[in-house]
Amino acid sequence: MAKLKIALYWAASCGGCEIATLAIGDKILKLAEVADIVFWPVGMDFKYADVENMADKSVDVCLFNGAIRNEENEHMAKLLRAKSKIMIAYGSCAYEGCIPGLANFYNRQMIFDRAYIETPSTDNPEKIFPQTKVKVPEGELELPELYDTVKTLAQTVDVDYFIPGCPPEERTTWLALEALIEGKLPPKGTVISHSVKALCEECPRTREEKKVKKFYRPYEIIPDPEKCLLEQGFLCYGIATRGGCEALCPQANMPCTGCYGPVEGVVDQGAHFLSALSSIIDSNDPEEIQRIIDDIPDPAGTFYRYSLPDSLLRRARIK
Amino acid sequence: MDNFEPRIVAFCCNWCSYAGADLAGTSRIQYSPNIRVIRVMCSGRVNPLFVLKALSIGADGVLILGCHPGDCHYLEGNYKTLRRIPLLKKMLKQLGIEEERVRLEWISASEGAKFAEVANNFTQTIKNLGPSSLGPFK
Repeated sequence: MAKLKIALYWAASCGGCEIATLAIGDKILKLAEVADIVFWPVGMDFKYADVENMADKSVDVCLFNGAIRNEENEHMAKLLRAKSKIMIAYGSCAYEGCIPGLANFYNRQMIFDRAYIETPSTDNPEKIFPQTKVKVPEGELELPELYDTVKTLAQTVDVDYFIPGCPPEERTTWLALEALIEGKLPPKGTVISHSVKALCEECPRTREEKKVKKFYRPYEIIPDPEKCLLEQGFLCYGIATRGGCEALCPQANMPCTGCYGPVEGVVDQGAHFLSALSSIIDSNDPEEIQRIIDDIPDPAGTFYRYSLPDSLLRRARIK
Repeated sequence: MDNFEPRIVAFCCNWCSYAGADLAGTSRIQYSPNIRVIRVMCSGRVNPLFVLKALSIGADGVLILGCHPGDCHYLEGNYKTLRRIPLLKKMLKQLGIEEERVRLEWISASEGAKFAEVANNFTQTIKNLGPSSLGPFK
């Protein structure tokens, strides 16, 4: 059998997904037996021109991590889509927008003002902002344009599979790679994970009754290690998050933050978490309810931590 | 914006508010035609997702109408709504959407007149706010 050709790319991401790819450990040798890596900017020396020179559909699989935030991200997404038979959105950024997607609470000008003027460590009296074209003695330099709105990979190109996680767990990555190696691929559009149900299904904590009088942030109290974190008043996102990671964070006494995305069939993870969370507030008195809600300082940022670009509203409206 | 006619979605619970809307009709009470009624079994059935969906495809305002507290056909469905809507409004505000565009009211089956009043009043509120300028995000 001819070896599989695999391309890996990072767009707007932190690099964690690259490490997650390597976290499969010695299984990487098994991967190397059956696959050649033809493009991987973080690990090997390839140029974009190498990809441009490949024949269309000559790459078997592209593992694409990172959101689409600038011209370069979009160009590479389209280029790799053309060259690859299977396009996989690898990790939460490519799948749902993730942390870079929180930029959708602002627009480009606000981000530039913050980054290049307002930050206390910035000294920029001439108010110089990044330009897409700059003339220097040697000629003209180009920078990709930063977009107002962060998009997911699937909002940019056709995507075949999604691998959730920030970053994806080793077992999830291997589940997908194994399916690829064995040629047993699920139907197009599948979110590849061990579970289609909520994380609570695999969380070992004991659950009794969900009634909450006060919400806590993790630094405020030390959680009981046995009891359901949500029942203790932490904003544990497990009820609205796809399982598959084996509840790593709750097992380390930290609430789930929702990085595996919505459970199967759910549109807009944030709205579902809001719905479930507010129903367990233990009060029927409007004033008390308001007081309990005031414990949540940033509902939009908390509920859409990983999925703002993939949500129904996709971004904040700025007047 | 003199001729702005807002599009308003009103989720009415089957047991109280929908009957209230019905009573407004059978009593021949005139009220703002901007209201599009969607009947749901309970105001507790209104997932915040429905409100976001309505706003994201062009509604200028969303009304959620349910039984008065204590009167819920399912005992406590409307209490869930009572807790959801304030949190939803807080979140919408962060997303740049005026919280006045979403309103929760209790309307019983005998309050046809109140239904009409709420419909008119809410329509006026939305007219004053102007179009939501949301629509599908491109």
